[in-house]
Amino acid sequence: MAQLTIIEAIRAAILHEMEEDERVMILGLDVGRLGGVFRTTDGLIEKFGRKRVFDTPLAEASIIGSSIGLAISGLIPVAEIQFLGFTHQAFHQLGQQLGRYRYRSRGRFPLQVTVRAPMGGGTKTPEFHPDAIEAQFVQSPAIKVVMPSNPYDAKGMLIEAIRDPDPVLFIEPERLYRKGRAEVPDEAYTVPFGKARVAREGEHITLIGWSAAVEVCEHAAAKLAEEGISAEVLDLRSLVPLDIESMVASVVKTGRCVVVHEAPLSAGFGAEVVATLQEEAFYSLDAPIARVASYDTPYPPATMENLWLPSSARVVNAARKTVNA
Amino acid sequence: MPENGVYQVLDPSGRLREGAKPVLDDEFVLEGLRWMLLSRAFDSKATALQRQGRFGVFSPVIGQEASVVGSAMAFEPRTDWLVPQYRELPAYLMWGFPLVKHILNLSGNPVAGRIPDDLKMLPTQVSLAAQLPHAVGLAWGLQIQGKEGVVVTYFGEGSSSEGDFHESCNLAGVTGAPIVFFLQNNQWAISTPRSFQSAARYFADRAAGYGFPGRVVDGNDLLAVYEVTKEAVDRARRGEGPTLIESITYRMSFHNTTDNPSRYQDPKDLEEARARDPIERIEAYLRERGMWSDEKAKEYRAVAAQEIEDALVEAQQAPRPEPAQIFENVFAELTPRQAAQRRELLGE
Ligand SMILES: Cc1ncc(C[n+]2csc(CCOP(=O)(O)OP(=O)(O)O)c2C)c(N)n1
Repeated sequence: MAQLTIIEAIRAAILHEMEEDERVMILGLDVGRLGGVFRTTDGLIEKFGRKRVFDTPLAEASIIGSSIGLAISGLIPVAEIQFLGFTHQAFHQLGQQLGRYRYRSRGRFPLQVTVRAPMGGGTKTPEFHPDAIEAQFVQSPAIKVVMPSNPYDAKGMLIEAIRDPDPVLFIEPERLYRKGRAEVPDEAYTVPFGKARVAREGEHITLIGWSAAVEVCEHAAAKLAEEGISAEVLDLRSLVPLDIESMVASVVKTGRCVVVHEAPLSAGFGAEVVATLQEEAFYSLDAPIARVASYDTPYPPATMENLWLPSSARVVNAARKTVNA
Repeated sequence: MPENGVYQVLDPSGRLREGAKPVLDDEFVLEGLRWMLLSRAFDSKATALQRQGRFGVFSPVIGQEASVVGSAMAFEPRTDWLVPQYRELPAYLMWGFPLVKHILNLSGNPVAGRIPDDLKMLPTQVSLAAQLPHAVGLAWGLQIQGKEGVVVTYFGEGSSSEGDFHESCNLAGVTGAPIVFFLQNNQWAISTPRSFQSAARYFADRAAGYGFPGRVVDGNDLLAVYEVTKEAVDRARRGEGPTLIESITYRMSFHNTTDNPSRYQDPKDLEEARARDPIERIEAYLRERGMWSDEKAKEYRAVAAQEIEDALVEAQQAPRPEPAQIFENVFAELTPRQAAQRRELLGE
């Protein structure tokens, strides 16, 4: 077992799958010589050559669109979009083409395609780069949307994604890329989609998050513990498929819940979580479910992003209110 | 001007090419050099400050000064619109955008960095090629309303792979809008070399497919860039439609301050590029004409350094960003929910 960062865990997953199956190839901006702007694919072009590690022209729509054709031709593309905000250039190819091929072709052309992209703020990147737009893809049914928050999940979920017979959007928590290391097995393993992870056990309230927001929930839970509030932190890990059972089980246990995400509040995926919980666990709730999210404005200038993003202080406040309701 | 091939007025050593006649008077060229030196000095200063953690991420112009300045000189900022990408600092300044505001934008204080209302210039933006359809719409709108003015839009060769570029050129061709597409081919899009972007001999060759002229120019030759751009501006002003200019230059520095080109760039290429430095070329030309000397060089550089120093000091005195500004200019009027969020943020 090695102690890996998220970046290293992702690289290990890709490396393993490329060694295992020669149909696996990667394509995207600067993935070759540079090894990606975050060095995720560092060293892969030296090992596998330009045919399997392809620096594409600067055009996201064709990165995703051609991945569809590459998959139909018999390859297994792992496409990288430099920042999730730039999947918008490829939105139609991703949500409406990649996510509908099996359906449209009546099962003739299922697409084994993985699209990787970093997401999230807190690193002072310019406009568009940090946008948390995950919910937009959930609204395009038939594409899986998965969001690991730690090195172990990053490796296991990426291998799962590459082997999945259906398209997977694999969203990486940019802020946590190199923040801390964790034990990651050397061998290949998979973390199944649709199984949430209890990141911290608790009794009084459930904090639900995904991607880098899990870390915010963990900080909040630590602070709440000092006040005698025992918070459970649930990392959803995948939005599609959604682990409704684990969400319900936790809320039935605690009776209270706060949902946290980096996307602006209105119509964020938190709304889906809350709606599902009130359908499935209404009679177990002791207080209304709260949401802590970014505000409903465009992403602010870097100097102000930390006021805008959900902070652990805001989560603590919301949790206190919920517990005292 | 040759249809094919790279247009050049000065050879790399700054001597006039055989048969070339400079169309610019020396004072005008000196003014161009002044902007180029200011741009170069700003990039060095900003890099140093960034390395000390006193400045945000930015993309230097180094190596592309003749390309940006020579083209910008061909426009009339009073009537013509500038639609930038992000690597064209001297053009913003030539349009009248204050250096202090540029510094404020780079330091994450864009409220103070708002473009003055009397400048015909759009904000820089980093979603590559997304500004090109805006530029076409602007030019087309001027044309429809019979307003004077030509639009120039800047972008890199990498950005020209985006669909937005091709859709914009096509629309500009169809409408005959008064626009100059100024493609800076600096050989790199972060680590991706020019040859990975397009199999075409020249990016400008694509113009034929959109039904308007494409021109290729040595982007390190201030005089050549000016001439080629001026011709395109004149065409547009006469109502003859768009031009695509490919300015062949070299990014002599990192992509931005987070980049490390030694991972992908052959040091020999960089050395060769340095030998074609656009500033040295125009300095040599002016020296030959008795317009430039070591003293002048020193004087111009000192003036540039002072101008930058003053802007940095002024930037420090600008009002700091206020949390309430997160909610400014979202809409003319906030929605009730936004207003409630604003109160929450401000603890009201
Ligand atoms: C749509 C989009 N995709 C990706 C990026 C990330 N990115 C920023 S700059 C850059 C390279 C741009 O190259 P080029 O257009 O040649 O301009 P240059 O930086 O060389 O001036 C990339 C890929 C972006 N900003 N926008």
